[in-house]
Amino acid sequence: MLVTIGAFGALLVTVCMLAPLVGSTRISLARAFSQSVPFADNVDAQIFFIARLPRVVGAALVGAGLAAAGVVFQALLRNPLAAPETLGVSIGASVGAVVAITFLPSFSIGGISAVPVASFTGSLGALAIVYGLSAARSRGMSSTVLLLGGVVLTSFLGAILTLIQYLADVSQTFRTVRWLMGSLDVGSYPPIVAALVPLACAAVGYATLPRALDLLSLGPEAAAARGVDVVRAERVALVSASLSTGAAVSLAGPIGFIGIVVPHLVRLMVGADHRLVLPASALFGAAFLIGCDLIARTAFAPLELPVGIVTAMIGGPFFLWLLFRRSR
Amino acid sequence: MLTISDVAFAYGDRAILHGVSFAVPRGHIVGLLGPNGSGKTTLLRIIAGTLAADRGRVDIDGVSVAAMSRRDIARRIAVVPQETHSTFDFTVEDIVLMGRYPHLGAFELEGADDRRIAHEALRATGTDTLAPRRFATLSGGEKQRVVIAGALAQASDALLLDEPTASLDLGAQLDIAALLARLHRERGTTMVVCTHDLNFAASLCAELVLIRDGRILARGETGSVLTPANVAALYDVRADVAFHPGAQHLTVVPIARA
Repeated sequence: MLVTIGAFGALLVTVCMLAPLVGSTRISLARAFSQSVPFADNVDAQIFFIARLPRVVGAALVGAGLAAAGVVFQALLRNPLAAPETLGVSIGASVGAVVAITFLPSFSIGGISAVPVASFTGSLGALAIVYGLSAARSRGMSSTVLLLGGVVLTSFLGAILTLIQYLADVSQTFRTVRWLMGSLDVGSYPPIVAALVPLACAAVGYATLPRALDLLSLGPEAAAARGVDVVRAERVALVSASLSTGAAVSLAGPIGFIGIVVPHLVRLMVGADHRLVLPASALFGAAFLIGCDLIARTAFAPLELPVGIVTAMIGGPFFLWLLFRRSR
Repeated sequence: MLTISDVAFAYGDRAILHGVSFAVPRGHIVGLLGPNGSGKTTLLRIIAGTLAADRGRVDIDGVSVAAMSRRDIARRIAVVPQETHSTFDFTVEDIVLMGRYPHLGAFELEGADDRRIAHEALRATGTDTLAPRRFATLSGGEKQRVVIAGALAQASDALLLDEPTASLDLGAQLDIAALLARLHRERGTTMVVCTHDLNFAASLCAELVLIRDGRILARGETGSVLTPANVAALYDVRADVAFHPGAQHLTVVPIARA
């Protein structure tokens, strides 16, 4: 078990080391770390530390957060096609971000604009609505109500999103559209540090979950009979998955398909045991998104594609293949 | 010893159980019979502690289930549902090892002892050759034997079975009945079995509890409880009850709606 997780860790480390070196401008690692040239004159160091490293670190955090959330939502809803998008968490984050872009364009504290804060708040708000619905509707939590609530909330918030865009002026709409495409153009470290806080909380929650998720995937009644405190496990799972989705979306916008493609690929590689699937998905999700961002940066260089386009181009066909394979 | 004392339960204002009491001594098999909606599955869930009674209590060896943690209950009571679906591609061995959950710490992996207990459970249910197979690819009867193996791996004192044969074909039904009888004979496992299959109940259970509309209609030894009069009162069905010399237990042949 540790060997497998180690292998995924090694993959991530390798990708992290190589990715900052690749790009439209060729740089030398030796020169980037050279002490003899002052930072202001060291172009290699500037490209490495300002343009590329935050991007790679951001991609790693976003990829890990979305993939882990996907694993948890799939086990919780007993639906292998569930994803962070399914419960309306992503669209909630989008509404928050679009409100901030449109109505608070110049707000900023400590290098962090209102956008990540608002999108994070939006994601948790959406979850609170869906969870409240589900808890009110039945004793405990019903996965059917969660799914339906998520679908309804997604289309409702989608309408609000369109309304705000319709009312906003052209430059704001342009920013909104770019944000909704998903991009890892982080550009500085404060947003990354800010995202680390909810991600760390989520990681603590995730650490307690894997075996409970195995049992929950057989149904809440079966899990309870085997000794799982179902209400508590479901709550920890939902809150952790929402924190990590919220943090990821606030950092990079709604990047699609990571939460569904990565857990499936990992399950094909390591089996169903969540003690492997959860950590391996986080590591592989990080490596996968760094890879996608590499394609986004280099495919049409010097033009940079929003990374959401790349993940959707890979994820869409993969999702269809998965559906086709399952229906046979 | 499993003691159910004056257990009552209602979903909203729809009363399901009105004060049900009976005891299951250690090593006994008790069959729970009753028509749909009689409250037997609700009762089973209350005994398993997955549903809280509105009134009354369930005790295991004198300790109230309501006062125990989920983990403590699972070390004493295991449940076999009618059907088990696996969302993900777990192997048979995975499913049985999950039975060790209540015995492991939060971050503990299964050790050699847990694996030995799981493999012993696989052997006891005749599923050891299925261990590497994917659970989803098994037949209904094989799945049910694997789920029973998982329940055995839980190493609990009592086994609650909710219609364990309802979705199985005739041969698999007999396999499960024979397996449960053997587990009872060899290990003295205490069992409470909910079922609609009167012949299955008669073959397996020495005692029966008949429940209708949330109340106990009759209880006692199978031979004295399983009578045409009680079957009529329980299901509104006229039936013949006779000892079958080939099967060596009572058999019930339904004749018509009473």
